[in-house]
Amino acid sequence: MTATPTIGTETEKNYLNHQHGLKSWLLTEDHKRIALLYLLSITFFFFLGGLMAVLIRLELATPAGDLVESNTYNKLFTMHGVLMIFFFLIPSIPAVLGNFLIPLMIGAKDLAFPKINLLSWYIYILGGIFTVYVLIVGGVDTGWTFYTPLSTSYSNGYVIATGLGIFIAGFSSILTGLNFIVTVHRMRAPGMTWFRLPLFVWAHYATSLIQILGTPVVAVTLFLLVLERGFHIGFFDPAYGGDPVLYQHLFWFYSHPAVYIMILPSMGVVSEVISTFTQKKPFGYTFIAFSSVAIAVFGFLVWGHHLYVSSQSAYAGMVFSLLSYIVAIPSAIKVFNWTTTMYKGSVRMTTPMLYALGFIGLFTIGGLTGLFLASLGMDVHLTDTYFVVAHFHYVMVGGAVMGYLAGIHFWWPKMFGRMYPESWSRLSAIIIFLGFNLTFFPQFLLGYMGMPRRYHVYPPEFQVFNVLSSAGASVLGFGFVIPFVYLTWSLFYGEKAPANPWGATGLEWTTQSPPTYDNFAVTPVVTQEAYQYSTEEVAHVG
Amino acid sequence: MEPKSFQLFPEQASTFAPTVDALYAYLVLVSAFFSLLIAVLVVYFAVKYRKRSADDPIPAPIDEHSTGGMILEIVWSAIPLGLSMIMFGWGASLFFTESRPPADAMEIYVTGKQWMWKIQHMEGNREINELHIPVNRNIKLTMTSEDVLHDFFVPAFRTKSDVLPGRYTTEWFRATKPGKYHIFCAEYCGTKHSGMIGYVYVMEQAQYDQWLAGGMGQGTLAEQGAQMFTSLGCVTCHTSDANGRCPNLKGIYGTMVALQGGAKVKADDAYIRESILYPEAKVVEGYQPIMPTFKGLVTEDGLVKLIEYVKSIGPKPGSTTAAPSAAPAKAPAAGSMSAAAAAAQSHE
Repeated sequence: MTATPTIGTETEKNYLNHQHGLKSWLLTEDHKRIALLYLLSITFFFFLGGLMAVLIRLELATPAGDLVESNTYNKLFTMHGVLMIFFFLIPSIPAVLGNFLIPLMIGAKDLAFPKINLLSWYIYILGGIFTVYVLIVGGVDTGWTFYTPLSTSYSNGYVIATGLGIFIAGFSSILTGLNFIVTVHRMRAPGMTWFRLPLFVWAHYATSLIQILGTPVVAVTLFLLVLERGFHIGFFDPAYGGDPVLYQHLFWFYSHPAVYIMILPSMGVVSEVISTFTQKKPFGYTFIAFSSVAIAVFGFLVWGHHLYVSSQSAYAGMVFSLLSYIVAIPSAIKVFNWTTTMYKGSVRMTTPMLYALGFIGLFTIGGLTGLFLASLGMDVHLTDTYFVVAHFHYVMVGGAVMGYLAGIHFWWPKMFGRMYPESWSRLSAIIIFLGFNLTFFPQFLLGYMGMPRRYHVYPPEFQVFNVLSSAGASVLGFGFVIPFVYLTWSLFYGEKAPANPWGATGLEWTTQSPPTYDNFAVTPVVTQEAYQYSTEEVAHVG
Repeated sequence: MEPKSFQLFPEQASTFAPTVDALYAYLVLVSAFFSLLIAVLVVYFAVKYRKRSADDPIPAPIDEHSTGGMILEIVWSAIPLGLSMIMFGWGASLFFTESRPPADAMEIYVTGKQWMWKIQHMEGNREINELHIPVNRNIKLTMTSEDVLHDFFVPAFRTKSDVLPGRYTTEWFRATKPGKYHIFCAEYCGTKHSGMIGYVYVMEQAQYDQWLAGGMGQGTLAEQGAQMFTSLGCVTCHTSDANGRCPNLKGIYGTMVALQGGAKVKADDAYIRESILYPEAKVVEGYQPIMPTFKGLVTEDGLVKLIEYVKSIGPKPGSTTAAPSAAPAKAPAAGSMSAAAAAAQSHE
């Protein structure tokens, strides 16, 4: 089943020991090393953002504002959102796993533009420095959405520095997307036709389209916001002749598709993982592939569903509502196809599989509750309540983060050549799943009861569910620390990983673990479709 | 309405509430069905088809090009699409009801500011963070903000609407049950956002009348507006005949006004508000753009009073929409100063 491990001795050459020294990392043009630079940086921002979440949930354990002041509380949820969305979720899977795997999966030596790839990491770090600076000097309290005119005329936080930080980080996202698109078009190995591509690559291709088409819009929007705040040029504040609803249109034109930047790569990971651990080609390969593209395209046409109660015309609301239901269908298609893939499969409940199945469950709930919010009359009651908070955490944490963890566990042996302790990793997957549900399910109920989001102090009748949520958050937080510990441990003490520990298909598993600097000794030639488990060799590696 | 310590639904206290809850029940049922379906299938497949030993054969791939596969794809696209179109249609029709205040609605003005709700009743009563309304009457809130975005949310009524600076938004409801219900600001508005809360008091008509009578005796909003119309000097140009330098405002409310350049605009709350703050924005045909702005001189609360005044001298309900005196039929000679007779009329 598994290809014969080609790993010989400790001195075997791979991308990790190809060169030594800090400089060899900071100036590397190797997509695999850049992926690890991203891995380190997004892990830092994940735990920083997580720390904010811990403080938020601690504060909300009681109705009174007794842990921090209102101003501090508002800064906590703002920084939590900014860090998690712009500095963890958006780069997470593309910049780490996509960077590492896309060249390997298509049989290429590197991305099309290795120097631009490194540049994108530096740009990301520069944006991150702005944000950490804001955190140190006093934070920002506008909410991650920066709604005007609060952000431009009334907030006394560091709006300009935060806006510039996100503005800068956006270019990193654009460059990564550009690099992926060109790479997929130009660098595929001989025989790797479009419909032989792994679904992971399809998902990243769709994601990249959103990144290069959507990110410039949020960049322009934040730039206008900085101009209005800095120089009182009226774009959004009626006091200067602007229109606050215009800001919301521009902001959500990017920020709704941005949700698909977070979720599509996870869907790509889940397709790979479920296929491998059922030993079957994903059911409906072409439907899954095209549904990714459909989500990317239709995702651009639904931003107005964030504005149903913002004085937008009722007819516009109707069109956006209809389109929001249309964009839900490709997601439903994916879930049904993954489930059907398991039918008559050879199912192994490994850690990546547990995360992938967790993804299906939580993403299903996240997606279905999106249908509540897409419904105009229902949304009037639910919008701006905890129902929305629960919904997008089910999609972004239950979906995107679960997919990220599935991918990290799936490709960890490939990335580092080490196995992690399976019992610990399964246990933590279960803890994270349970902790997540305990944290966020009560928030749906809170939302329907009417508890608004971003409330520092709340009426006492909401306390029961808030206590449950805070209890869940402590379980969830604990759950996230466990993988951090055993994965770090595995780098030093983990069992050596063979080239293909899971019996997976895909070119990345045909090269050694960890791969050599050049990925493949000889450019592979692809002779068949992806996910052919019935034959021993997927492709001929020279 | 003493808050209970444990509940799953807010009080049902408006005509919207039962409909919204019914739609919610439908959504919950559909969601629960599909969540359970997926969960049961995933667990069942995971157990039934688990790999038992290392020698298990590689499962035979499903021929996805078979017609069976295609039928499955079509079925599981079409059924969710059908079910979600019900969600769409139901939600949209409910929304159209929610966003169209009935013509007979009793009007109340709401001004949001960091971090309080200011309410003005037609009869002149003012309140802060409290809204007293009669039960079983259609109520229309006309709302604006003095600073940032806010949102007037009453969970027991299942409705909310953003409150924006620089424009009016409306929200309506018909309370069905006397009681005390939360008002929350639902759009994040800065430091004390979670303190921008209050209560709606729904009262029987008799009690409400009693409450109204106990209000401050400054006169109705329209009367207060009439006083401002004089004290701000509006009356010197907006005379009550057609000879003023500015259009006669009598009878224009709700009519279509011809503008310079040939466009027409409805003389509604928004247009009157704009004309007071930005007089040069839409100048009535036949007049010079000579009016100074009153931005900074008139507060949002004051604007509401002026609008109510203009409304009070507008066409009487039931009369034809076009009031003859409103039409700026002739171009007035520049500098013709008529007597400020409107002042007297404004107090009628």
